[in-house]
Amino acid sequence: MSAQSADPTPDPAARPVVEERPTIVMCPEGPMLLRGDAVIEDAEGNRHRTTRPVSAVCRCNKSATKPWCDGTHKLLPKKLRP
Amino acid sequence: MLLPKARGTLSEQLFTALREEPGTAVVLDAGVADDAEDRAIALWASYELHYRGFEDVDDRWEWSPDVLRVRAGLEEVLESELRERYDAHRPERTSDRVEDLAKDLFDYIAAHDGPSMARYVQTDATEAQTMELLRQKSVYHLKEADPSAWVVPRLPTGPKAALMELQFDEYGDGNPARLHQHLFERGLEAAGLRSEYGAYVDEATVPVLESNNVQSFLGLHRRLRAASLGHLAAFEATSSIPSRRMAQGLERLGFPDEIVEYYREHVEADAVHEQLAVRDICVPLVAMEPNLADDVFLGAFACLDTEDRQARDLLERWGVDA
Repeated sequence: MSAQSADPTPDPAARPVVEERPTIVMCPEGPMLLRGDAVIEDAEGNRHRTTRPVSAVCRCNKSATKPWCDGTHKLLPKKLRP
Repeated sequence: MLLPKARGTLSEQLFTALREEPGTAVVLDAGVADDAEDRAIALWASYELHYRGFEDVDDRWEWSPDVLRVRAGLEEVLESELRERYDAHRPERTSDRVEDLAKDLFDYIAAHDGPSMARYVQTDATEAQTMELLRQKSVYHLKEADPSAWVVPRLPTGPKAALMELQFDEYGDGNPARLHQHLFERGLEAAGLRSEYGAYVDEATVPVLESNNVQSFLGLHRRLRAASLGHLAAFEATSSIPSRRMAQGLERLGFPDEIVEYYREHVEADAVHEQLAVRDICVPLVAMEPNLADDVFLGAFACLDTEDRQARDLLERWGVDA
């Protein structure tokens, strides 16, 4: 081994640490994003398994495909959105 | 796929050259194009060399300087026309703060007013009109998500991972049977239409070709990566509700389940994708590179504008007031 000095201490600003992404995200005026496999029990007791890596769960209660978001929140007046 | 039919002087010259051996000296000038239609099909074919190519064209033509030169000339026209239209529809931002970008972008997209093809299909379109629409839409849907894939290696860590999360779902989450392009293929076949890639390019309208070209243009130029992602965000954010209307219209007309299912899949998928595209892709990219904010809106406008032009053109042909 040659007598090279040890690597300089890495500059933290040069290699930003990426934060772990959240599993659940509340989207302003929109759905709740849910990452990973999950089974959701709705208000009637019916169970729904997620079918994609990220799912959007309805929060405005007006979706035609509950428990999943179908974009209907965008048709509501702003004050009725989640 | 074979080369499409030429639609004028330039495309005739280009397609004649492409049938020769690569390296054959060709002098092509975008300036000889007869009109927008001639330019659109010539540009479309020059982009297609980067996707799946043509059975009657040697693959080595993809990087021919002669073809790239004529492509650049056509892109110059495409970009200047796009920017001219965008100048009349620039966003009124709440502020320059990245914290306001998601809201401003959603609002900009929602405020855009254009003819709704999905609403027409939902309640009024005939079977023949809907079949024609599916043939026109096939030019894009059979390569759905591909133009955004060019952007992946050009992004920093956060937006790159987020774009892949979205694209993974577009490509069926690893399951070829769920690949969105494939769902559309199955839908076309069930509806009695041809499903092979590029099957209906010869009847594609000029706005359909231009819309396709804009996506390839934004995807293939690194300097326009933020515009490509803005396009993606607007596309996803204007998809869920129209997809539900399309599904209802197709059911009204008695179309088979496979094509209805394609649109049903997009109701839920795109309710997720619009949030990812705006909040996890565009916003973090602009947070890192604030000077890209305007390009995001340019791309969003490009999507809304080209979708409008396709819809208006078809509705006009059908004699429908848009």
